[in-house]
Amino acid sequence: MRDVAVIGVSQTKFGELWDVSFRDMITEAGLGAIEDAGVEGADLDAMYVGNMSAGLFIKQEHISSLIADHAGLTPIPSTRVEAACASGGLALRSGIMAVASGYHDIVIAAGVEKMTDVVDPTPAIATASDQEWEAQQGVTFPSLYAMMARRHMYEYGTTREQLAMVSVINHENASNNPRAQFPMKVTVEQVMNSTMVADPLRLLDCSPISDGAAAVILCPADMAREYTDTPVYVKASAQASGTIALHDRRDITRIDATVNAARNAFKMAKLTPGDIDLVEVHDCFSINGILAVEDLGFVEKGEGGRAFEDGMTRIDGDIPVNPSGGLKARGHPLGATGIAQAAEVVWQLRGEAGKRQVEGAEIGMTHNIGGTGGTAAVHIFSR
Amino acid sequence: MAGIVGYGVYIPSYRIKVEEIARVWGDDPQAISRGLVVEEKSVPGPDEDTATISVEAARNALRRSQIDPSEIGAVYVGSESHPYAVKPTATIVAEAVEATPEMTAADLEFACKAGTAGIQACMGLVDSGIIKYGLAVGADTAQGAPGDALEYTASAGGAAYVIGGKNCLADIKETYSFTTDTPDFYRREGMPYPRHGGRFTGEPAYFKHVLGAARGMMEKTGLSADDFDYAVFHQPNGKFYLKAARKLGFESEQVKPGLLTPVIGNTYSGATPVGLAATLDVAEPGARILAVSYGSGAGSDAFIIEVNDLIEERRDLAPSVAEIIKNKRYVDYALYAKFKGKLRMA
Repeated sequence: MRDVAVIGVSQTKFGELWDVSFRDMITEAGLGAIEDAGVEGADLDAMYVGNMSAGLFIKQEHISSLIADHAGLTPIPSTRVEAACASGGLALRSGIMAVASGYHDIVIAAGVEKMTDVVDPTPAIATASDQEWEAQQGVTFPSLYAMMARRHMYEYGTTREQLAMVSVINHENASNNPRAQFPMKVTVEQVMNSTMVADPLRLLDCSPISDGAAAVILCPADMAREYTDTPVYVKASAQASGTIALHDRRDITRIDATVNAARNAFKMAKLTPGDIDLVEVHDCFSINGILAVEDLGFVEKGEGGRAFEDGMTRIDGDIPVNPSGGLKARGHPLGATGIAQAAEVVWQLRGEAGKRQVEGAEIGMTHNIGGTGGTAAVHIFSR
Repeated sequence: MAGIVGYGVYIPSYRIKVEEIARVWGDDPQAISRGLVVEEKSVPGPDEDTATISVEAARNALRRSQIDPSEIGAVYVGSESHPYAVKPTATIVAEAVEATPEMTAADLEFACKAGTAGIQACMGLVDSGIIKYGLAVGADTAQGAPGDALEYTASAGGAAYVIGGKNCLADIKETYSFTTDTPDFYRREGMPYPRHGGRFTGEPAYFKHVLGAARGMMEKTGLSADDFDYAVFHQPNGKFYLKAARKLGFESEQVKPGLLTPVIGNTYSGATPVGLAATLDVAEPGARILAVSYGSGAGSDAFIIEVNDLIEERRDLAPSVAEIIKNKRYVDYALYAKFKGKLRMA
């Protein structure tokens, strides 16, 4: 297998992009990455696009063809990858495998979601859970994560304030990210007094409904210097599956798919959690930020809440979490999230993250999950 | 340019509080009240509809205008809740105020701005000399589906304006419209309740058009917020109204008299005309008013109005908006559901 490098990245602004269509967003992100990499459209050998539910959000399937066509990239192979909110992470992994295997040299891995063309996106999002056993019984994602939060509070004494700190730190970081959907700070009080969604989770514990797209350009590591002076290398690409339904877990305060993917990623990269300089975690709800730092191995199980409370996860802390603002504040256009996480890590490792730069970052990690943890993708990158 | 010879308002006396609606649907009343800036809304009685509301408003407008109703050459009723799909409300109103038969009449529909569209149509007929006076009404008994966010604001009421070339208690100095095809809110034939685009009804719909019309008007006339004594905007809720005012640079004293939605809800086609009437109720001679309506679909009509001395002797010939609103009786959700025809009888 060949080593793989990232030579170009791009992300659209995330938010309610009323004036921008699905095809415009993905084209903007793709062209941005192509330009950033200094390649030509004609240099691309294949495309992988993560997208959760264009069929339900904009009534458009066959987006692989749509995007290749609209971006002027026909006839290269174009493949859509779907794993709910982990679609982006899996598209990235598909691109990496295509390059590593020698099948393709220069590959674009992208993600896109247009969520605001429907009045109520909840039924579409709920299809990421077990339709028969969860969604059809009326359980939605806020309520599933609320149960995980409640149990974590019961088992480990995690407090409401600690949950709020996840959002506070995310917004603090997003305030320095021009691409973030909510680039403004919030206080613990604002989080704790926001509208109740599913007890104990309130509005400011929840990631928003977002439009957006992101893209990265991959190539064999030994070709990377032909295109850029600042290549970022893929040290590990790991993926694991877990039960789709929450009630089938042995423990709902732990996402086994994350644990397994992280273990494999660290093994592949020959690194330990202590080697990671920053991590972009999948905090679709504040509780998931806490679960992530535990399940990825940065702190012991049950210590996640304290890590956020003590400031350990701040940009200047021991393990900076989500310098981008995370899903909460950067925004969460489902299929685009896994790619946007990778783009943020690349900017950080290149030293191009401006005011949210983690000083001297050498090694970064991304953590992207689908549903409540039916799928997890973990990637490690280095300078 | 034509002006306002008389204006009149009618708001049904029944009210339902936001807390009462929230109680039924299990919503947080404080969050709704704070989020929408609405406390209660008017509810039409079982015998009230857009026709009766329009007639009451028209009679009040005629009281202030002091004209012979037979001199009215056109009657336009703008509403999205006309009692008949085919058969005009405007003829009912015209007959009731004794303006028939030498006149033209039609119903207008442009979501919440058909009332101001009627004013513009009357202005054109008056200024061209085709008619002496025109009567334009904006009124609604608005529909909000049970449990929908609209249910907290969709209310009933209306205002009527007699438009003429002289004898005006206020002059219309300028009008300017801003219109696009934007499907933020609609109701198809046979559907009992409208559908809306949720948050899409904000920035790309209401704000784009209200601000577009207001700014276009300011550019056309070289005036800015400081040059107006008052401003009034369409008010689907209190929040949008205050935000639009702030974005345009108006102070709260300038826009407060015209803001009625917190206490009567959104009267749809009546909203801007009623807000303008409440502003005329308090404006001194010489005052300059900016009024901007909004109708989903979508468009805004802006007007610059200057108040004349005549207002002082005419104002009290009909009840003020404040007096009309004071007359209220609260109903619970059950009576509200009955009055609004939400209960289906066998």
